[in-house]
Amino acid sequence: MTSQNGIKRTPGQSPDVLHSGVASERLETVFREEWSRVLATLIGVLGDFELAEDALQDAIATALERWPRDGTPDNPGAWLVATARNGAIDRIRRERTLARKTELLQRLAELETDDDSDEPVPDERLSLIFTCCHPALAPEAQVALTLRAVGGLTTTEIARAFLVPETTMGQRLVRAKRKIRDAGVPFRVPPEHLLPERLDAVLAILYLVFNEGYVGTTAGRLVRGDLCEEAIRLAKLLAVLMPDEPEALGLLALMLFHDSRRTARIAADGSLILLEDQDRGLWNRDRIAEGDRVLARARGLGTYRIQAEIAAVHAHADRPANTDWPRIVELYDELVALAPSPVVELNRAAAIAMAESPDRGLSLIDRIEGLDDYYLLHAARADLLRRGGRHEEAAASYRRALELATNPVERSFFERRLAEVGQR
Amino acid sequence: MQYALLIYGAEGRWEQFSEAEQQAMTEQYMAISRDPKTKGGADLGDLSKATTVRVNNGKTLTTDGPFAETKEYLGGFYLIEADNLDEAIEVAGKIPAARTGGTIEVRPVVEH
Repeated sequence: MTSQNGIKRTPGQSPDVLHSGVASERLETVFREEWSRVLATLIGVLGDFELAEDALQDAIATALERWPRDGTPDNPGAWLVATARNGAIDRIRRERTLARKTELLQRLAELETDDDSDEPVPDERLSLIFTCCHPALAPEAQVALTLRAVGGLTTTEIARAFLVPETTMGQRLVRAKRKIRDAGVPFRVPPEHLLPERLDAVLAILYLVFNEGYVGTTAGRLVRGDLCEEAIRLAKLLAVLMPDEPEALGLLALMLFHDSRRTARIAADGSLILLEDQDRGLWNRDRIAEGDRVLARARGLGTYRIQAEIAAVHAHADRPANTDWPRIVELYDELVALAPSPVVELNRAAAIAMAESPDRGLSLIDRIEGLDDYYLLHAARADLLRRGGRHEEAAASYRRALELATNPVERSFFERRLAEVGQR
Repeated sequence: MQYALLIYGAEGRWEQFSEAEQQAMTEQYMAISRDPKTKGGADLGDLSKATTVRVNNGKTLTTDGPFAETKEYLGGFYLIEADNLDEAIEVAGKIPAARTGGTIEVRPVVEH
């Protein structure tokens, strides 16, 4: 295989040393911590994800030979950049046909590397995140590339998390990396006038990763915690890199509150437990406290921040009856004003049903337009009808939800409820 | 880098605009043409003037009409110089067709 810039590559030629079992756990941790920072620096110089990743893989392979013998350097990141740089220079020199050969060698020569330096490698990870989440890439490619380049997950791990064959995921990643290079996707934090829109895209991708772990639209298991952990790790990184951005904090807080309920949501047999039926003693108090701290730092209105506030109200109710529903309705009012959508209207209607009466909620739900194919609308209707004792109508709504829902765990929940209302 | 901005629109849409609107949009198209970063481009008119050509075993087959009958057709293009895709996307966003129901396809030009 010859890529457009003339570098010959065979897929699999650079072994994925990170998780090959060759490295000790301690070294793996070091590599994992340094991966995105070093990779971002190399991409910044080379302007090419594939070249940069190959250079870093080579450097890690060298580290695996030398570090156990000579000891881990004081500044492993700087060592990896210097070694990757030298390796890239050798690799590019050998390539006769590479179009940008002179330019690349010049740029590598200008990269100051000092593996004895105490200074951390300059942090270009924010550029890396924005480039991976560029809207010119398909959302599934953005997700995969973010997990690979920023999260340091292997292709195998990402393929497993999204239940696609490894070759499919490998191709998806290669296509995305080449599009970035060949279509000229810039490696940078977007300028001011593009920033709000692009930041929304980044936040949406991180939330997508979290939700894929939390809801798992296709997986048999309802929650895949590793993806939740990874999304939280990425959101923390974003919050550190953009400390003044309220929505970065809002998203992180929202994830933490949701995640605090991760184990309480699932029964021993794998079935779904709704918020009001959960054992609140199982909620992760550390996560909630962390969510509170993050939320307290978020200033200014934003959709993630408001959603985090709603999650916080639930997190602080010691039992369902003590939930401050009027406060939740207020927050949904803010959300509707800021970002009106039928889904937000639906959630607001459900909150009003709890604050006032099921009938009030139902009449609001019936006024929502455009959600006829959304299974949660029918599930919410069914639930309110059930609470109001209208079992036959509830059964019809559960059947409609069942027609539309794909997650097996959620489906079996609707089936159970359908059986319950059918018996009365 | 160079990018081709391919302008797709629906047949008959242009005629729906008033003369004043057409004039204003024509001026916007001309402004993009005059930009020093614009290296070329053309207004390709509508499909009624299209002719499709294929050569089979040395024999030229000529037919009336476009290559593919689609709702949206290629009505024109610009060839522009831009530092990166974001810059090309910004120029694409200024093309009147982009905000009047049409679509701009941004394609990087392959260097050989």
